[in-house]
Amino acid sequence: MSEALLRPEASVYLDHAATTPMVEAAVGTLVARLREVGNASSLHASGRRARRVVEEARESLAGSLGCRPGEVVFTSGGTESDNLSLKGLAWARRAADPHRVRLLTTAVEHHAVLDPLDWLATDQGAVVDHVAVDDRGRLDVDALRACLERDPGSVAAVSVMWGNNEVGTLQPLDDVVALAAEHGVPVHTDAVQAVGAVPVDFAASGVDALTLTGHKVGGPYGVGALLVRRELDLTSLVHGGGQERDVRSGTLDPPAISALATAVELAVAGQADHAARMSALRERLVRGVQRVVPEAVLNGAPLDDPGAGLPGIAHLSFPGCEGDSLLMLLDARGIECSTGSACSAGVPQPSHVLLAMGRDEQVARSSLRFSLGRTSTEADVDALVAAIGPCVERARAARR
Amino acid sequence: MTAPGGPGPLRVVAAMSGGVDSAVAAARAVEAGHEVTGIHLALSRNPASYRSGARGCCTVEDANDARRAADVIGIPFYVWDLSERFHADVVEDFMDEYAAGRTPNPCLRCNEKIKFEAVLERSLALGFDAVATGHYARLRRAGDGTVEMHRAEDDGKDQSYVLGVLDQRQLAHSLFPLGDTPKSQVRAEAAERGLLVADKPDSHDICFVADGDNAGWLREKLGDRAPNEGGDIVDDATGEVLGRHEGTYGFTVGQRKGLRIGRPAPDGRPRFVLDIEPVSGTVTVGPHERLAVDRLTCTHPRWCGASPGLLRGTVQLRAHGAELPAVVRVHPDGERVEVELLEPAYGIAPGQTAVVYDGTRVVGSATIDRTGAGAGASPRQEQQR
Repeated sequence: MSEALLRPEASVYLDHAATTPMVEAAVGTLVARLREVGNASSLHASGRRARRVVEEARESLAGSLGCRPGEVVFTSGGTESDNLSLKGLAWARRAADPHRVRLLTTAVEHHAVLDPLDWLATDQGAVVDHVAVDDRGRLDVDALRACLERDPGSVAAVSVMWGNNEVGTLQPLDDVVALAAEHGVPVHTDAVQAVGAVPVDFAASGVDALTLTGHKVGGPYGVGALLVRRELDLTSLVHGGGQERDVRSGTLDPPAISALATAVELAVAGQADHAARMSALRERLVRGVQRVVPEAVLNGAPLDDPGAGLPGIAHLSFPGCEGDSLLMLLDARGIECSTGSACSAGVPQPSHVLLAMGRDEQVARSSLRFSLGRTSTEADVDALVAAIGPCVERARAARR
Repeated sequence: MTAPGGPGPLRVVAAMSGGVDSAVAAARAVEAGHEVTGIHLALSRNPASYRSGARGCCTVEDANDARRAADVIGIPFYVWDLSERFHADVVEDFMDEYAAGRTPNPCLRCNEKIKFEAVLERSLALGFDAVATGHYARLRRAGDGTVEMHRAEDDGKDQSYVLGVLDQRQLAHSLFPLGDTPKSQVRAEAAERGLLVADKPDSHDICFVADGDNAGWLREKLGDRAPNEGGDIVDDATGEVLGRHEGTYGFTVGQRKGLRIGRPAPDGRPRFVLDIEPVSGTVTVGPHERLAVDRLTCTHPRWCGASPGLLRGTVQLRAHGAELPAVVRVHPDGERVEVELLEPAYGIAPGQTAVVYDGTRVVGSATIDRTGAGAGASPRQEQQR
């Protein structure tokens, strides 16, 4: 199968941050392994073979991301990894010291981080502090310091994403890690959007736990990992057969795990070239759109400081438009993007990320996220630029 | 198909509630050659996850049903958030009307302000030509080019009453693909088309009152805005106070049940709510014949085409009410409409909508402001507020 066949049919797909096509090598690995029998916990030859597939994948993933194989916990994906890390840390750290009830995070995290924290607060008596960000969505480190130093002994963990999934802004993780280290507080980071897009090295970053997922890096859906330092105690969410350091029970999925490792290996090996190409495409997209719609506002990293954001995400506000209308009009022309906002119970809500960045509800509702990936081309970007003018015009008219 | 006609296929927004009627309507619009996009209207600010009771929309499950129907039909599908407009134009209005002692019909209001105004205007602006719904009514293009609305073929399902608020512009951009079809046939057709909503029950109650308990809902929501904290229940003939109540919004003119009057009338006959006075909180009750009215003074007229001026036709005063012969006179100011009923109507409350028909054709509608009884019916003071 050629690369082209893996792309959504006859569409200009600009939503790679939602999910990106699987790389051919990962499809090959997945399909080949699906034909093999063997439970990785079984003691016979087939079991040992399955176990070997898993362990080789673990070593490969560890090599790609700068951790030790024993620090890889395979999960069902980003949401599970975030839940395991946050709840597991909150419970374990509090069990060790009942004063540790506080969890510090940013106001711009993904819902897979915000919602478990909300639950810990409402259901488990935790206290969650959402530290402010600036108008680009970047964490205010001084505010985090103040928050942490108010009572360091009461902090169970800090969770700060690597790169934002809506506007792409990269967080000052080095500062966060240094700050937390002063007080011996563990740091979790959701790096779902970062792996393969920017250099990610677990050991060098100094974080204690890191979330990644397969389908954002060219691997399969439904598989991911939490990289977590060996010394760190995590309380399990899923009890059973004791797999994955007894932290995440459940029969291991050798096909998905090996395909994940393949995808991550390729994504990390090709990261620098990929990032350069994405940056250039992003700039072409933003300049092209702003040429046609001069009022369009770029959110997140500005063009003259591309290193401040994920290279493949272009998040734009279109004053006077509803993002929903624009999305629909572009979709009708075969151009697929996202409003970037989470759907609450089927009803689109204004993005909490944009609101945290100080935008008002109207601006938040007027925004679209275009996200580029491995299969994106200049022709895709040009198709968007050709379509956006009339769509913006129509969307404005529809706004009462 | 009762399309307003015009050349060629149209770009159509199909409003899909998640029910069987709107799903089949969308499928028929596709089959008629139109380019159809399915839209589910999110009307509740805090939608429940699952359907309960007789609500027909507004839950996430209903949105999913609509989405699956769109998948089967093979059309794009989106959810439009109209919860703010719905709250402002329909829910608030519903509360205001009850607070004023009137009895509104929020479904008409929703058609007038949401489905055929907010949705239609947005659709037109986005480049669509028409909105299709699963309502049972027929559209027909008259010789002069105007679009007429007529009662549905299926008398039992006819929904022209709740559409009586639509004006010519709205009708000209509407499609009601089910107008010629009996409901049973629509269900069978849904099953044939593989639409999983084929056996989903019809909705009845007001969609935003989850359990159908209007009075309970109003008590909770009105709070400080309630016009009174309660009042006397007074006998119309004697002026005697028969009991107390906890708020007039729990009552509707014509209501018989739930009056909680301790003792029966001297003649042993049932008593009905005759009048509601929101400021004093007085609810007047009396025998059925005192409910008879034959004069309606109406405001807020909405004509499907030209204003009728003077018309001898029929009026319908409730969603499933009888059709009564009437003479309708539009006041020269165009704002007021006098309706003379040639047969008395019973239990008519201010706030209800009178829809005017000429044969099967819907002429338009107006909101009842006052009712009165003339020579034909038993004499009774005019209700006025």
